[in-house]
Amino acid sequence: MSEHSKSSPLKMYFGIWITLLLCTYITYKAAFVELGQYNAAVALGIATLKATLVALFFMHVWHASEKLTKLVVIVALFFLLLLLGLSMSDYATRLWS
Amino acid sequence: MSMPTTIPQPVERENYLNKEYGVWSWLLTTDHKRIALLYLVSITFFFFVGGFFALLMRLELLTPAGDLVQADTYNKLFTMHGMIMVFFFLIPSIPAVLGNFLVPLMVGARDLAFPRINLLSWYLYIIGGVMMMHCMLTGGVDTGWTFYAPFSTNFTNTKIVEAGLAIFVAGFSSILTGLNFVVTIHRMRAPGMTWSRLPLFIWAHYATSIIQLLGTPVIAVTIVLVAAERALHLGIFDPKLGGDPVLFQHLFWFYSHPAVYIMILPAMGVVTEIIACFSRKRIFGYSFVAFSSIAIAVFGFLVWAHHMFVAGISIYSALVFSFLSYAVAVPSAIKVFNWTATLYKGSIHYDAPMLYAFGFLGLFTMGGLTGLFLAALGINVHVTDTYFIVAHFHYIMVGGAVMGYLGGMHFWWPKISGRLYPEGWARLAALIVFIGFNLTFFPQFLLGYMGMPRRYYDYSHMPEFQVLNVLSTAGATVLGVGYLLPMVYFLWSMRYGKPASDNPWNAAGLEWKTASPPPTFNFDEEPVVTWEAYNYEELDAPHKREVPVAR
Repeated sequence: MSEHSKSSPLKMYFGIWITLLLCTYITYKAAFVELGQYNAAVALGIATLKATLVALFFMHVWHASEKLTKLVVIVALFFLLLLLGLSMSDYATRLWS
Repeated sequence: MSMPTTIPQPVERENYLNKEYGVWSWLLTTDHKRIALLYLVSITFFFFVGGFFALLMRLELLTPAGDLVQADTYNKLFTMHGMIMVFFFLIPSIPAVLGNFLVPLMVGARDLAFPRINLLSWYLYIIGGVMMMHCMLTGGVDTGWTFYAPFSTNFTNTKIVEAGLAIFVAGFSSILTGLNFVVTIHRMRAPGMTWSRLPLFIWAHYATSIIQLLGTPVIAVTIVLVAAERALHLGIFDPKLGGDPVLFQHLFWFYSHPAVYIMILPAMGVVTEIIACFSRKRIFGYSFVAFSSIAIAVFGFLVWAHHMFVAGISIYSALVFSFLSYAVAVPSAIKVFNWTATLYKGSIHYDAPMLYAFGFLGLFTMGGLTGLFLAALGINVHVTDTYFIVAHFHYIMVGGAVMGYLGGMHFWWPKISGRLYPEGWARLAALIVFIGFNLTFFPQFLLGYMGMPRRYYDYSHMPEFQVLNVLSTAGATVLGVGYLLPMVYFLWSMRYGKPASDNPWNAAGLEWKTASPPPTFNFDEEPVVTWEAYNYEELDAPHKREVPVAR
């Protein structure tokens, strides 16, 4: 338990939480800036950063000693890539006319 | 004066069934075997609810005119039939009942890795089920089980959000079951139980768990998006708001195509165990069968857009998905060929579980091969949304998954209940199910190929379809009898069946090395595995009927 609290102190959790709130605020503000098609890219970029922070720190992937945890993360990312990649194979080559 | 002689009564060994009594001992149990039985009762209930809707549909289609129910009611019937059968029966069927019961026993563990999460998963399932029943009784849903946008998001005024939430909650039950299996299989194997000694049932459940863990969150999020679009008018699927209705289909089928493998992979695991036992042989090509399960789990995620060839997706993308859909047949075919090779020169016993396994082999092959028709772009366009599709997926999901489930229930019933079921009745039921199933669904292949659309309640403009529809309805009645029979004799056997020995089939596998029914913590001593899987050459033939052992 003590080892656990050493690696994930309360201060760090609050730091991550405030960063997440800050990111949410930036997402909100960025939505009002006219960036054309890049608005979605910025929002998705910030969301990805937030998800990464949650996974690494709140879900303890950063200090995970278990190989199984790392395996789950890698496999999950791989399948996310499949979802996005194969869906984009449709959107990128569709005859929009 | 002589003493009265006392006849010693056999003392029943303590086991998971008689350790505690009372409702709370079941509702608060963390024993994986008891939770499996809770699931068994729950999914049987939903099976008969879903079956009732199917029966009503088949009665409606007995005549070409729409004379039993109105169009709206018919739409709700096929929707609720699909939702209940897919999410509340088929997906939890083998994993949550047989998997829950057997995974710890087969790997030599005392329980699953997270027993309380296991109980939580059953409660989530029940909460989802109650929500679905409430939704059904207060109006139901009419979109089909597929929830296609924009009908589900912009047009229908039925209970989409409630049904979606029910499936969302039940989905978490599925995720938790998958999580428990993955951790148990990785971390709780008995000493000596290496990966290459694991029963193939375990490999199949491991592959299933991967799909449950990685696919289910996607359908959950998709359903939330549908609810959000209905409630908040977010532009996700509505083109007027910048969305795309085809995106819904991408997200939906990303889960729902692999979901078919959640149903069929465990059935493949069951059939592998049965074929090895009743052929008295080691499974031919163990590693190929094991890795083909993982290959199916991975390839299963690459083929979803073959459900969307007529939905307006890119033709280039369709070509890729067509190719990948052919590819997923390869690991399935590897399994079928290996099972067949196992039968070759085996000492085959035609007990009821084996009859179901044979049924599975034939029906799954039919379903799989017609799946290849659907992978072909040209034929797919011709038969999309016809009865051909209905027949195809019922051959997989009922002919495959349900046959596997029933085969598994018969095979492990002596272990689960400690009693033998009546073999003659069981063989008769297997035969009735096989005949009833083919009579119900084979005519639907013909109907579909001739052009009868699915989801129509009235075909009075095409009265020539009636003969095949009458055959199908007659078959459904026979099938219904076939499904009722096991329920009756399983219940009967719990009280009147002969007590089963610990290993009535003389089967390999750790689950047969403990008592029937097993004690609460499965094994009196931690087992140490020193033998390879399926060492049937070292075991005698089944002695189920010859040696009824008194407990």
